[in-house]
Amino acid sequence: MDLHFGDSKPTDEERAAVDAVLGPPESAWEGADDRSDADLRWARGGRAARERRDELLPGLHALNDRVGWVSEGGLDYLCRRLTVPPAEAYGVATFYSMFSVRPRAATVVRVCTDLACGGGAELCGEVSSRLGPGSGVAVEASPCLGLCERAPAGLVVRAGVPAAPSSPTPPLPENSLARGPELTTDRLDGSSSNAGRAERPRPGEGVSARPVFEDELGGAGDLRPRVAAEPGDSGRGGSGEKTYVTATLAPATPDTLTKAALAPESAPPEPPAALAVPQAGREGLLLLSRIGTVDPTSLDDYRAHGGYTALRQAFAIGPAEVIREVTDSGLLGRGGAAFPTGKKWQATAAQPDHPHYLVCNADESEPGTFKDRVIMEGDPYSLIESMTIAGYATGAHLGYLYLRGEYPRALQRLQHAITQARARGFLGDDVLGQGYAFDIEIRRGAGAYICGEETALFNSIEGYRGEPRSKPPFPVEKGLFGKPTAENNVETLVNVLPILTMGAQAYAAIGTATSTGPKLFCVSGSVERPGIYELPFGATLAELLTLSGKPDNLRAVLLGGAAGGFVRPDELDIPLTFEGTREAGTTLGSGVVLALDDTVPLPRVLLRIAEFFRDESCGQCVPCRVGTVRQEEALHRIVERTGADAAGDIALLREVGRTMRDASICGLGQTAWNAVESAIDRLGAYK
Amino acid sequence: MTAVPLGIPRRLVEFTLDGQATRVPEGSTILDACRAAGKDVPTLCEGDTLTPKNACRVCVVEVEGARTLAPACSRRADPGMTVLTDTERTRHSRKVVLELLASSVDMSTTPKVAGWLKEYEAKPDRFGPDAARLDEEPRVDNDLYVRDYDKCILCYKCVDACGDQWQNTFAISVVGRGFDARIAVEHDGPLTDSACVYCGNCIEVCPTGALSFKSEFDMRAAGTWDEERQTETTTVCAYCGVGCNLTLHVQDNDIVKVTSPHDNPVTHGNLCIKGRFGYQHVQNRD
Repeated sequence: MDLHFGDSKPTDEERAAVDAVLGPPESAWEGADDRSDADLRWARGGRAARERRDELLPGLHALNDRVGWVSEGGLDYLCRRLTVPPAEAYGVATFYSMFSVRPRAATVVRVCTDLACGGGAELCGEVSSRLGPGSGVAVEASPCLGLCERAPAGLVVRAGVPAAPSSPTPPLPENSLARGPELTTDRLDGSSSNAGRAERPRPGEGVSARPVFEDELGGAGDLRPRVAAEPGDSGRGGSGEKTYVTATLAPATPDTLTKAALAPESAPPEPPAALAVPQAGREGLLLLSRIGTVDPTSLDDYRAHGGYTALRQAFAIGPAEVIREVTDSGLLGRGGAAFPTGKKWQATAAQPDHPHYLVCNADESEPGTFKDRVIMEGDPYSLIESMTIAGYATGAHLGYLYLRGEYPRALQRLQHAITQARARGFLGDDVLGQGYAFDIEIRRGAGAYICGEETALFNSIEGYRGEPRSKPPFPVEKGLFGKPTAENNVETLVNVLPILTMGAQAYAAIGTATSTGPKLFCVSGSVERPGIYELPFGATLAELLTLSGKPDNLRAVLLGGAAGGFVRPDELDIPLTFEGTREAGTTLGSGVVLALDDTVPLPRVLLRIAEFFRDESCGQCVPCRVGTVRQEEALHRIVERTGADAAGDIALLREVGRTMRDASICGLGQTAWNAVESAIDRLGAYK
Repeated sequence: MTAVPLGIPRRLVEFTLDGQATRVPEGSTILDACRAAGKDVPTLCEGDTLTPKNACRVCVVEVEGARTLAPACSRRADPGMTVLTDTERTRHSRKVVLELLASSVDMSTTPKVAGWLKEYEAKPDRFGPDAARLDEEPRVDNDLYVRDYDKCILCYKCVDACGDQWQNTFAISVVGRGFDARIAVEHDGPLTDSACVYCGNCIEVCPTGALSFKSEFDMRAAGTWDEERQTETTTVCAYCGVGCNLTLHVQDNDIVKVTSPHDNPVTHGNLCIKGRFGYQHVQNRD
């Protein structure tokens, strides 16, 4: 291909942001300003550069984090570096809600306006009027920020140079990281560490068509992000530059959020993750046992609390036996589809095509869901260990952890945990001296619910628009980069630890015959103690609501999130199992239990759900792209109407809903009508 | 006569199509089988020279055992599968999809749609006068093409034709998301600032007339476009030695547009800027 890049030039800041992720350009062929003699004799680009396309999303994050938006010059420079056509990159940049391709204020306040944060819209308006025009802050309404237990929630992001590591010395190559836990390389800029790239070569690692000139690169082979030295670099404003900062406010008030918007670096710290777990510290928990008792930043503390015994057990029994244990345990995927995990792993492991990939889906964006965030913030090493086991079982040597973009603290904790695990031999070329190589690369999403769909997630990692692929072929056969891939969500993966430590039989004895093991529930809304609850499958909705403090005037419970369904207060004896909820004509989904008391205006909740799906549809297929709009329009028309006045529009909603369910490409469109339908049929909304 | 590439022999797959035992070569889609059996399944985004994107969902059929309907254009026939193409369920989905499309874009220049709307009893008006639609003015920023996104159904065919499936220019892409998704060039600028090389292959594959020749657009605006009066003559392009076939569409002794036969084994309907647009010299008669 003969790419056309236009004339727009990046600013020095944008160039530095991209170079911090990709390393400095090697030649004028990929964006360096000056041509060297060698450039006149060698052409670079082609396949070697195109194979780095998956760095497009980290590159867009780098630009957006540095200047607050993605400019034409910045985007074109990134495209030149990666030989990605600018039209395609523009299509990707406009896909995600956290990026802007128009000039935008450096500070963005995202205010959650979703279900659990009922009054978010008012909060949003109040904060923008307090800030007023010319404050240099953009206030945006946001879908669920996953902080439902502390609603209402706001997230402040101020663009700037990446924060220097907390340690006074710049990060050093891996071998010198083993000095101690204080030396952190936590970075919020989303750039990936080179050490995770075990599979594919990078420039300067044997794919270059010409010799590398040390003087151009400032040390050949040093392709690591050079952020540590940046604040002092000459020519870019020096130490007066603002640094990239995020602040999470929950519960947020107009006061605290306005203050944080103006000075995010002095925002109060977040409460510990354990506060989201009302059962913290109780006996008998399997998945939440460490949250609140373990130091999430200490690998040693994790090990002192039983960490890495499951991985040792896995190495002792071998990959085939691990898969057998997981299969025998009856573990079903907790992401909503309830597919047998052992079967998925077996199918991936058996594929002759290589390499195999493991993907952890941490793009938890279902409104009302926050369990994965709490695990990642409160017990990050458990996820690292689970991913290592899953990689070992499925024959993968590289795992991608796709984390939603709205979780800055989870990102920080996981980056720290991965660095520590790598430094101590729990990740890397030779995990625990067992001769098995495994590493984890974090990929940060940028605000798109659809990227939680497994194939859309692959496209997102690969640097394409996060649109779902049509199946078949299924991911176990052709997944990430077209290779066999096992994809599991966070909760599914951490279940593997108790399976291996207690044995499949003991694990399968928990719960019911077909829904085995413990299950996490995200309880929010009108309850006294919102948070994450761990219960064995089979507990009833009433038992869960009693634990969390059921309100006396309960009107309805939304089960399974926006893609789930409502149940009535007289249906609380529904057993919380996959089969029990199915029998009751509803779904467990991702484990959302959102309680609504009778003060909550139901039509407004339904409208918000419809608005959510209209916003989050990728737009690829007609039933979902247009159907979600028509659904929202009909709900607007009947928001205050009932009975015969609403009958015509309800009939229309049913027809459109049936088509969305039947003919959409992926689960988003297929489930976009569930909650509204259940509200009409079970709750008698609009009667 | 057009040469038909034979390819390697393929095994036959046997499955049930609307109750009839059907045998198709391995790798065939359900749509291939339907067409071979003479069944009429409506399609919009499917193109004979492109990999189906299955985005429009009007060709959905019922596959026994599947939770949802399957797009006939891209689902391959598997041995033993049972497919129903004309049931209440498929008719309902097709009807609503046609209604959703026709209520959001202008389908007046899309061939066959008027007939399907009637056949499936679709009533696009029932979403009310306030139903959201694009309502955008056509973009005329050069002398060769017009982009009228008010007619665009986002079938992705132009993106695929401009991208890795044919032209490898990658000048166009889908931007934005959901109902706001649009086809655009980089930075959503004019075509003249983009990577476009004016091959016109996107016009060739556009099923709705959202992309059209400036000549056709101007004549339609003037009310002089009349396909009844046009003749089509296929000839060989005289510009270079490749020998691409051109189909000249002539109205009143003037060439009004140029297409290329899709079954030509050399070009599969693709041309370059000269073959597609370089015909003015033929009709300079002074």
